[in-house]
Amino acid sequence: AALKDGLRSQVSAALKEGRVTPTELCQRCLALIKSTKFLNAYITVAEETALKQAEESEERYKRGQPLGILDGIPIAVKDNFNTAGIETTCASNMLKGYISPYNATVVQKLLDQGAVLLGKTNLDEFAMGSGSTDGVFGPVRNPWSYSKQYKEKSVPKSHSEDEESNWVITGGSSGGSAAAVSSFTCFAALGSDTGGSTRNPAAHCGVVGLKPTYGLISRHGLIPLVNSMDVPGILTRCVDDAAVLLGSLAGHDPKDSTTIQDDFKPFELPNLTDVSKLSIGIPKEYHAPGLSSEILALWSKAADLFKNAGAKVVEVSLPHTRYSIVCYHVLCTAEVASNMARFDGLEYGHRSDKKESTESMYAATRREGFNDVVRGRILSGNYFLLKQNYEKYFVKAQKVRRLIVNDFVKVFRSGVDILLTPTTLSDAAPYTEFIQEDNRTRSAQDDILTQAANMAGLPAINVPTALSERGLPVGLQFIGRSFEEKQLLTVAKWFEKQIQFPMIQLEEVKRHDNGVFQHQKSASFS
Amino acid sequence: LNRRCVEAAVMTGLALNCSINKKSLFDRKHYFYADLPAGYQITQQRVPIAVNGSLSYSLCIGNKMSQMVTKTVRIKQIQLEQDSGKSLHDDTRSQILVDLNRAGVGLMEVVMEPDMCCGEEAAAAVRELQLILQTLGSSQAVMAEGQLRVDANVSVHHPGEPYGVRTEVKNINSIRFLAKAIDYEIQRQIDELENGGTILNETRAFDSKLGCTVPMRDKEGKQDYRFMPEPNLPPLILYDAKSLPANMNHQQVINIDWIRERLPDLPSVKREKLVEQYGILPEHSFTLLNEDGLADFFESVVKQTQMKPKKVIGWILNDLLSYLKQHSLTVKKSPVSSFLLADLLNLLEKKKISSTAAKQVLAELWKGEGKTPLEIVKEQKLELLQDQKELEQICQAVIDGQENEVIMMVPG
Repeated sequence: AALKDGLRSQVSAALKEGRVTPTELCQRCLALIKSTKFLNAYITVAEETALKQAEESEERYKRGQPLGILDGIPIAVKDNFNTAGIETTCASNMLKGYISPYNATVVQKLLDQGAVLLGKTNLDEFAMGSGSTDGVFGPVRNPWSYSKQYKEKSVPKSHSEDEESNWVITGGSSGGSAAAVSSFTCFAALGSDTGGSTRNPAAHCGVVGLKPTYGLISRHGLIPLVNSMDVPGILTRCVDDAAVLLGSLAGHDPKDSTTIQDDFKPFELPNLTDVSKLSIGIPKEYHAPGLSSEILALWSKAADLFKNAGAKVVEVSLPHTRYSIVCYHVLCTAEVASNMARFDGLEYGHRSDKKESTESMYAATRREGFNDVVRGRILSGNYFLLKQNYEKYFVKAQKVRRLIVNDFVKVFRSGVDILLTPTTLSDAAPYTEFIQEDNRTRSAQDDILTQAANMAGLPAINVPTALSERGLPVGLQFIGRSFEEKQLLTVAKWFEKQIQFPMIQLEEVKRHDNGVFQHQKSASFS
Repeated sequence: LNRRCVEAAVMTGLALNCSINKKSLFDRKHYFYADLPAGYQITQQRVPIAVNGSLSYSLCIGNKMSQMVTKTVRIKQIQLEQDSGKSLHDDTRSQILVDLNRAGVGLMEVVMEPDMCCGEEAAAAVRELQLILQTLGSSQAVMAEGQLRVDANVSVHHPGEPYGVRTEVKNINSIRFLAKAIDYEIQRQIDELENGGTILNETRAFDSKLGCTVPMRDKEGKQDYRFMPEPNLPPLILYDAKSLPANMNHQQVINIDWIRERLPDLPSVKREKLVEQYGILPEHSFTLLNEDGLADFFESVVKQTQMKPKKVIGWILNDLLSYLKQHSLTVKKSPVSSFLLADLLNLLEKKKISSTAAKQVLAELWKGEGKTPLEIVKEQKLELLQDQKELEQICQAVIDGQENEVIMMVPG
């Protein structure tokens, strides 16, 4: 079996038939992690425990009693999910060295099904950012920076400038997870998505990034950013795999009162052949300022693809889209200010040495523990929550949020099944260029196409579509109705099949992968 | 959200004649303090679970217990919220010790309107509330254990004028201290105002040793709590028989009418029943309910004896209760069980012993040596003699032994 194989179709079968063992898979992944260390995708690699888990899985396969499709499958988890016994840092000084006593529900579910936890992936500090560049462990590098495809297209610069300065960002905030999946060091990874933090890096790294409906997957143990918008995100290399992960994670959790009570039935995705009954909506407001002409063209081509296949493709309007970034900013910072209040250095995490008074200890701890981005959002959020501002900002933003939600409701009610939009404004920027603007500016720019889905709680997925002129991945986003993940993923899978996005060509992967090198047709869009 | 907490709040709301809000909301109240690990407390600031109720309680007028009046205090609201941890100030080492064991535990805050006029009224009202809570099982409401905490808001004003500035008095650890603290504060405010001073809207702590209130270290100052809806708890929806959806899993639903039907008899009802059933006096019923387990003890004795309840009550309230009080024992720890007492009272009722003898036997029973009343009677030869001749013999023996005394007594 190859590291590139799809879970359901290939790896799982290979494990069952003994063609490859969980230990072999685990070791290969660990080796690849080591040789791709320069990507800085992982904060913690849990080598010992992973090998132990792989061993246990192997025992189960020998007995013919695997726990399911995920048994023995190496996965990675974003470092803002609590993992018992393994450091959880949120890429922040505040939690450096923090070892959680419990597993997040989603982590526990994966472990209960035999998945092998390779390690914790890098992110923007406390998941605030759209580049995975603002964590205390340094930025994550997009694996595509080192791909044949990108290098070929790079304008050869002066001799002194090499890959080191040319590398591009992964996007964020789940950049580590996206890079881990993209570079084949794991078969799937957990991210989180509050304003696009799973879909954005998925687009830049050429992987599938699924944001499930709010309330479908438990947030218990996910260190909260914005409780009313956060969801655990799923990053995989193909849509089928995303469906497998979704099936293993979704469902009511008594520890999370915001999960729905209804039973969730995991599903297998049908192979859709006839799209004539499908209605695809193209929201005109998503033709946002700054959208690259390349992506605009791809978006248009994708719409045509559906039309030519017999689907109904209509232009729709989500009129309140232009207010969504500001609305998001108010609500997001308010909840952030609230959620960050628990970091006072008393019970866990970093504690300052200042001892004059409780207040001074708190202030110093929080100044030392948080970076500028986090502190900035806390200050903004507290401002909006002040008694005299509450009505003007917070309540008003909630009302606007309702309007944004209603935009979607109206469109879906009018017969549209799925919305098709770009995921990002452009392909991944070089790091040196990205850091020219501050985090807030970047987030405001980059979240524009993704955060409305968070505000409305809708499921959305990035499907890697084509390579840009610079040889970097570009993805498109599908947004579905609440709790209609099956339909969303079915359509996404159909689209994925039509376009056949090219596989990344990385030296490191070639060296570690003994399996058949699947040569895939280049995407018809590039 | 803990289901049991919601049920307790609904029960208490119903017992206090409140309207139960079928939809109530949760909010975050933000402030920084060592005993608040999340940096906020979850409470119900916008829409609490129950509103607009009332609590009736009784007060003795004058010295005699027999003159009681009924008063009412309005209940503004009941809200669910989280407890904080406990902080202990270690001033010698300039540090604060924080105990987080109770942080996050569910609390019910009962807010009363300022309808009470003195310490005695407040104490009586809180006592009644305590009994109600214990009857419902919402809380064991023992103040000394911190299961019931009372903060008193006190203000004074001239009749006809609007209410004055109020102070909040905390750190009250018993009902007795509640009355003391309130009365002290009332007097302090009166003295202050009569001397031309003003009352500050502040928080004061009751010092039980000195019997006075002192300004508290300003815990929070003039704080903006930055209230925000609690995003992790959706609105709490309660149902009644009418609004209950057809195919709801009953484990996910709370039906107010179902709870209402299963409410136990409240103290006031219990007292009425005791008076009606046993012919005891109202003030007796108060005493019976005031002491944990005493009413049950009384009823148990009544069941096991032929003695009339009106007579049994005397033994319960005078003999049993005073003994327990003397030795600081609860009814549960009584060395004399209801069975033993009933046994004893039966002997008395059958005229096997005199009432004086009975008291003697009781004194012996307190020792808890496991002897039955009959055994003690036999041991101490306390039987009432029914045999005339035997009696004459004894009297004769006594008379014979006391010649002088007898001569003096013969005329009677």
